[in-house]
Amino acid sequence: MSEISAEQVAHLAMLARIELSPEEIASLTVELGSIVDNVAKVSAVATPDLPATSHPIPLVNVFRPDVVGETLTQEQALSGAPEAHDGRFRVSAILGEEQ
Amino acid sequence: MAAPKLMDFDRALELFEPVLGFEVHVELNTKTKMFSDAPNFFGGEPNTNVTPVDLGLPGSLPVVNEQAVRYSISLGLALGCSIAESSRFARKNYFYPDLAKNYQISQHDEPIAYRGSVDVELPDGRTVTVPIERAHMEEDAGKLTHVGGSTGRIQGAEYSLVDYNRAGVPLVEIVTDIIYGAEKDAPELAKAYVSTIRDIVIALGISDAKMERGNLRCDANISLSPRGSGILGTRTETKNVNSLRSVERAIRYEIQRQAAILDAGGTITQETRHWHEDTGRTSAGRPKSDADDYRYFPEPDLLPVQPSTELIEELRQALPEAPALRRRRLREAWGFTELEFRDVVNSGLLNELDATVAAGASPQAARKWWTGEIARLANVAGVDSASLVSAEQVAQLIELIEAGTLTDRLARQVLEGVIAGEGSPAEVVDSRGLAVVSDDGALIAAIDEALAAQPDVLAKIRDGKVQAAGAVIGAVMKAMRGSADAARVRELVLERANSAPE
Amino acid sequence: MTSTDLIRLTAAELADSLAAGDVSSVDATRAHLDRIDGVDGDIHAFLHVARDAALARAGEIDRIRASEDGSSLGPLAGVPLAIKDVLCTLDMPSTAGSRILEGWIPPYDATVVRKIRDAHLVPLGKTNMDEFAMGSSTEHSAYGPTRNPWDLDRIPGGSGGGSAAAVSAFEAPLALGSDTGGSIRQPAAVTGSVGMKPTYGGVSRYGAIALASSLDQVGPVSRTVLDSALLHDVIGGHDPRDSTSIPDTWPSMADAARAGQREGALKGMRVGVVKQLTGDGFQSGVTQRFTEALAVLESAGAEVVEISAPNFEYAIAAYYLILPAEASSNLAKFDSVRFGLRVNPPGGGTVEQVMSATRDAGFGPEVKRRIILGTYALSAGYYDAYYGSAQKVRTLIQRDFDNAFGRVDVLATPSAPTTAFRLGEKLDDPLAMYLNDLTTIPANLAGVPGIGLPIGLAPEDGLPVGIQFMAPARSDARLYTVGAALEQLLEESWGGSLLSRAPELATATVGGR
Repeated sequence: MSEISAEQVAHLAMLARIELSPEEIASLTVELGSIVDNVAKVSAVATPDLPATSHPIPLVNVFRPDVVGETLTQEQALSGAPEAHDGRFRVSAILGEEQ
Repeated sequence: MAAPKLMDFDRALELFEPVLGFEVHVELNTKTKMFSDAPNFFGGEPNTNVTPVDLGLPGSLPVVNEQAVRYSISLGLALGCSIAESSRFARKNYFYPDLAKNYQISQHDEPIAYRGSVDVELPDGRTVTVPIERAHMEEDAGKLTHVGGSTGRIQGAEYSLVDYNRAGVPLVEIVTDIIYGAEKDAPELAKAYVSTIRDIVIALGISDAKMERGNLRCDANISLSPRGSGILGTRTETKNVNSLRSVERAIRYEIQRQAAILDAGGTITQETRHWHEDTGRTSAGRPKSDADDYRYFPEPDLLPVQPSTELIEELRQALPEAPALRRRRLREAWGFTELEFRDVVNSGLLNELDATVAAGASPQAARKWWTGEIARLANVAGVDSASLVSAEQVAQLIELIEAGTLTDRLARQVLEGVIAGEGSPAEVVDSRGLAVVSDDGALIAAIDEALAAQPDVLAKIRDGKVQAAGAVIGAVMKAMRGSADAARVRELVLERANSAPE
Repeated sequence: MTSTDLIRLTAAELADSLAAGDVSSVDATRAHLDRIDGVDGDIHAFLHVARDAALARAGEIDRIRASEDGSSLGPLAGVPLAIKDVLCTLDMPSTAGSRILEGWIPPYDATVVRKIRDAHLVPLGKTNMDEFAMGSSTEHSAYGPTRNPWDLDRIPGGSGGGSAAAVSAFEAPLALGSDTGGSIRQPAAVTGSVGMKPTYGGVSRYGAIALASSLDQVGPVSRTVLDSALLHDVIGGHDPRDSTSIPDTWPSMADAARAGQREGALKGMRVGVVKQLTGDGFQSGVTQRFTEALAVLESAGAEVVEISAPNFEYAIAAYYLILPAEASSNLAKFDSVRFGLRVNPPGGGTVEQVMSATRDAGFGPEVKRRIILGTYALSAGYYDAYYGSAQKVRTLIQRDFDNAFGRVDVLATPSAPTTAFRLGEKLDDPLAMYLNDLTTIPANLAGVPGIGLPIGLAPEDGLPVGIQFMAPARSDARLYTVGAALEQLLEESWGGSLLSRAPELATATVGGR
């Protein structure tokens, strides 16, 4: 059995910035437990000497020349904003310090 | 905020050993951003230098700026680092409104440059080798403006506004290893280290490196280890240090603050500290804790960077001379005494002097102005000298003095005008009407008037008591409001005294 | 030609008629819009229909064709198509099936959208999908499910159920899809249509709202193999805005498909049947039609051999770690600041609380489930065991493919283990839902191309069954050759296309616009 607890799910939800209800946390704890039990078998075959593959098609040194292209207008940039003010995106007060 | 208790610096050093570490962020001056082709320029109208990539719009994808990679390799080489055969980008995941994607593309376990060192010269001329752990590429975040509340700071603000013009500006973060043994030189070492990094990136031409504009930012990690304990203390990370002089002050302050707390039996909280230039203190920021979980993983939208040996060699060949060699060369070229030269280096003015001499000024005049009047004004304003005037402006000023257009006193007034943004030295001379008066007619009138007002002095001069002329010269200079050449005044006073009617 | 005739034409046939001047793009476009009006109330393939813009664009293209520039028009000029809502479009909302992006109109076109516009295709609208492409049934769309044209009580597959249903219900001859673990091929299988997941990097991802960056691939959806190939030729190729885009030049996929229609195309072709992707767990009718299709291939001169891919057993596990991990990061940008939904908690709140409330209200249960799972897989202390191990399994799966392609030219599997299941049947059992992608996931993990096409109806339920072929990376053209060859042999034996046997849909009375 997996060892995922409700506290752990609540912590993950905090990291993922999703305000889950207690009911959601309860059901996710069960679902996540069973999913993790089923996917955990990857560690059985992942031996230390085996290289990891992060890209299916290996390419390297994919660069862009340092040449200015087209930018959005301020109007375009703000077109989808839930709230904007003075040409900027407006958000409510920030609790935490920047990283 | 109540002033925290501070321990006397020397006493703090008796009880504790300071342990340092620095993270310096260098903004690269590429034409475009790290991962988008938006201009790398964050002044101007908000949210105009942005593409879908910089706004983190759904579906947008990053592409690496080749020039930023070249610059990063050059910087790595200049720091004596090994360049990784293969390095890659990773996502650092955390939510913050200035971070458009809510992850920062950075480098984690495979930085482009690793294991190097820089030689740093202390004010007394000793050289200290600072070990470099790594230098890695990453992107800058957008800019937040906090509105409401009294201070414009985050605390107490009603809401915040976000401008993403700076989002995606290319950065190289240089991380030192832990630095032991700095002892009482810790504040000076910190300043000298940042100053050296600044010299290096300016010499490479890869950054504007203006601290007051945030082109170069230093986060300083400090902890105190009780003497003889062998135990590392809890560290704080001081941010928002915007000038070379604040680097020094902030380190000194943090040592004194931590020592007072520890000595009183308290504990240091692991946190970020914000440096305040105005009060000369740091204040508590975000606590660092194990809850920080950035969930780094290789950036799937980007591919590994594997610079060829040829490219690395090409960039190595193109490196400017090392700062220590350069200093030796300049000292010889300028003919400064050791004291004069160290004064320049310790003031962090080597680049300014070099540029001023390159712009045509004599080395001694350049030294005199940069370490004298300009440094004084910078100190009063609490900023770095280089942010006040440019090397070209200083060279022009010196040229005007040497041409006899300005006296030193007038030149100081012109300098004030230049700093106030009134234009070039020549323009200030014009607009303020500050040129030395070379029209003898006006001078003679003033001299005659002064002589007539002081008949006893006139008599003494005629009797051959030439030193008595000083009183008249002073009166004339005063009348001319300093805009006269004192040597010429003296010449004319003697001439008029002996020729004026009885 | 009547409207009914027009919508029944393949894209290739319609393109020929347009080029010959037998029909106008406006007529073809209107015929499809009318069909959408008639049947989409039941099917719900579309989230947005751009009726006026489509007719205007069709008119423009007709004018170009009539002008001197007419000869410069591409092979699919004037042909209407549907666009999966995962792709950003300048003039239409792009929601990825999520409430959090309701009404969002991007300020830019996805590269593939720009390419189809440049090639003078006519966008009809945006098609339904599982929210952020997470699902195999389209039931996870925030805007309600799409229904299978073969049986309205059944799912059309997912996540691209909208695009598959649109082409199989004759609402569009072509559609764009995206495939992260089977989202093009599995819907094709259960709706009797054709879909291709190109080699990873073969088609630009720029402007495709990302689910899992290292798995996502945009591809064509159609009713015939040649039509997919024609659309592939339009959307494929290098894009400097996508770092993972392959800089190679590609052969003509349409030529490859036409080569498959020629006599003897399959002669000497070595076809490997993946042992691990047949047998237990597959519906009997699926296995039966698959075995018959292999026999057809053999009778046409192909050599069919069994191939073992032992590590495919771990593919689903690796996939359900890699996908959620990448998705948890990709979906972090939906935070109520720059675009999309904002939900203020009662009495206001800090930006952190607004973000959390928005993401709770804006994401559906499956999206939340995968974000939490992905956050877990990446978090400190678990990374090596989960995400790290999954990336290693990916290496093993690639090696299995390498070994297989050392022996055979293409691999064959059923496209999906079952025919279309009933709406709601697997909604409460995420693990059962995940097993639908058993056969399609390995290709995404390894980046190799896969094509799905219909091979008949399962005897027990009369619903479509599909076959999937996979080829080595960059050998997409080979799949069009094999697919077109098998399609032709099967249609000859059936006396027409499989979709011509689909039940007639009831049409609503069309308004007289």
